[in-house]
Amino acid sequence: MKVAVCVKRIPDTAESEIKVDDTGKDIIKDKLAFIINEPDNYALEEALILREKSGGTVVLVSIGSKETEEVLRIGLAKGADEAVRIDNAGLAGSDAIVLAGVLAAYFRKEQFDLVFTGCIAQDTQDSQVGPALAQFLGWPHAMYAIRFENKDNEVVVRRELEGGSLEVKKLNRPCVVSFQTGGNAPRYASILGIRQARTKPLERLDIASLGLEQDEVGDTGSKTRLIKLYVPEVSSAAEILQGTVDEKVSKIATIIKEKGLL
Amino acid sequence: MSVTVLAEHRQGTIRDVTYEMLAAGRRLAHEMDGELEAVILGDDCEAMASELTRHAPRVVCGCHPALRYFSYETYQHVLLKLIKERKPAVFMLADSALGADLGPSLAVKLDAGIVSDVVDFHWTDNELVVSRGMYGGKLNADLSVKHSPAIVMVRQSFFRPEPIKIKGELVHYEVNADLETGLQTRHLGIEELSISGIDITKADILVGVGRGVKEEKNLEPVQEFADSIGAVLVGSRPVVDAGWLPKERQVGSSGKTVKPKLYIALGISGAFQHIAGMKGADTIIAVNKDPNAPIFAVADYGIVDDLHKVVPVLRKRLQEMKS
Ligand SMILES: Cc1cc2nc3c(=O)[nH]c(=O)nc-3n(C[C@H](O)[C@H](O)[C@H](O)COP(=O)(O)OP(=O)(O)OC[C@H]3O[C@@H](n4cnc5c(N)ncnc54)[C@H](O)[C@@H]3O)c2cc1C
Repeated sequence: MKVAVCVKRIPDTAESEIKVDDTGKDIIKDKLAFIINEPDNYALEEALILREKSGGTVVLVSIGSKETEEVLRIGLAKGADEAVRIDNAGLAGSDAIVLAGVLAAYFRKEQFDLVFTGCIAQDTQDSQVGPALAQFLGWPHAMYAIRFENKDNEVVVRRELEGGSLEVKKLNRPCVVSFQTGGNAPRYASILGIRQARTKPLERLDIASLGLEQDEVGDTGSKTRLIKLYVPEVSSAAEILQGTVDEKVSKIATIIKEKGLL
Repeated sequence: MSVTVLAEHRQGTIRDVTYEMLAAGRRLAHEMDGELEAVILGDDCEAMASELTRHAPRVVCGCHPALRYFSYETYQHVLLKLIKERKPAVFMLADSALGADLGPSLAVKLDAGIVSDVVDFHWTDNELVVSRGMYGGKLNADLSVKHSPAIVMVRQSFFRPEPIKIKGELVHYEVNADLETGLQTRHLGIEELSISGIDITKADILVGVGRGVKEEKNLEPVQEFADSIGAVLVGSRPVVDAGWLPKERQVGSSGKTVKPKLYIALGISGAFQHIAGMKGADTIIAVNKDPNAPIFAVADYGIVDDLHKVVPVLRKRLQEMKS
């Protein structure tokens, strides 16, 4: 079984303030730490579990700049066999559908049985690449998978619906499965794994080597165009209590008491 | 020029997001000087279609036995033809388990522009401009979308449904395609989330804990605090993903929707999927060390500080008040 896992390197913004840069179209990234997109981590774990059960190879695929290789090395250290980085030169302004098209160009050249992705990119909040990639390849897909079983010629996926119920679905193989978080417990890289990762193959490609023309990608290839980024206005914000911890807590305790909230 | 909204339904009931989209779609259609249309697909959806005519001026109803359960394959088959015939400028569907499975592949097939997590839209200079969330709700982006049509995936539990009741027209759409052969996927069933412990939707006071708690062992003082005020401890998705709380304690779009009298959010950033599940609480108190956390936009009262410092003091203070 040859399984590809598409991963994305994203800034970790959960606990930091985000500022928009002068162009108004990107964020200031100097002070941000970068991480692997969380759902992709679950997709990778699922691929590693599958390989432990039925053998085969796991190949990481990412579109990004040179720094993306840090994330790929971590994935290799966790146990992936090979990695491919498609350089993002010429891809500025590409929307999710265009990026899915770039990935499709790669998967048309290589033979894979399965492609795993995360269900959403947590930076852009796009949940499009998996299903769009599948459509470009003419393969079936499933979004929000949290359980995966490999059968003879098909796979069975449990995908999460609103409210937490699961839809059980059978898909022909090859197929694209996009994982939601929570279905497994992603492993950490071991010291040995980190050492081994240094010598594992990491292939570098660019859009020309995938046979893509510049006008198919980037701004010109995209049907959506970013106008600006901004901090959303809030219509009603919380009353923020001020003072030391003791003072703030006393204030909230008084409010809880006066309003009879307990 | 028209706006078409794809109705979502499950087990014979129209999902709320459908009414939310129809309210938002009506405003957009008005701006475009165009028409609003709802499309509903299913095996037997007459009753739901006629319910929708009270919310949309025209409802297109396509019935076929193979449309009994949602499948992006069968839906896509029907919708490709329908969209080519009816040529809407904007095609709206929910950013949901259904919409995200269907929307992107539909966009590829139609060579159309598509945007996820949409929270606003306007028709300007014959072009659709949408606003969408990014970075866990900390930023928004405005984008223009080429329409052929423009596919818009609308954030759930965001737009307010409107109570207007009209008497729209019901159009039967003949689905005569072969929807049974050549399929690459098959629906095998639905497994409902079973509840073995406490039903959190029934509790009056909830203490919600998020990834800000950092480690499983830190949950203990939070649990004790919850116990001391007679609250039930619930969590955001990452806390449940980590196995620190059972799935039935998850609040949010892929968990439970709760409406307690009091919700105390500790170390929860306030991603819209979480907010969707708890914004109906009477009073919301949030504790978060990040002053820019989106949770403060829905909370009534906020404390910007370390939850590990706040929780023990708060527990003590409330206990003193009781005695
Ligand atoms: C399809 C889909 C469905 C989803 N469904 C749900 C759902 O049902 N429910 C849900 O919750 N999420 C859901 N999510 C996930 C959601 O998008 C967010 O990732 C999640 O809600 C974030 O959880 P969090 O706020 O606990 O963590 P984070 O976003 O990581 O936030 C942690 C917060 O803790 C704060 N913090 C850190 N340390 C401290 C401290 N010492 N004291 C005080 N504050 C601190 C930080 O400032 C930060 O704001 C879903 C996502 C998808 C894609």
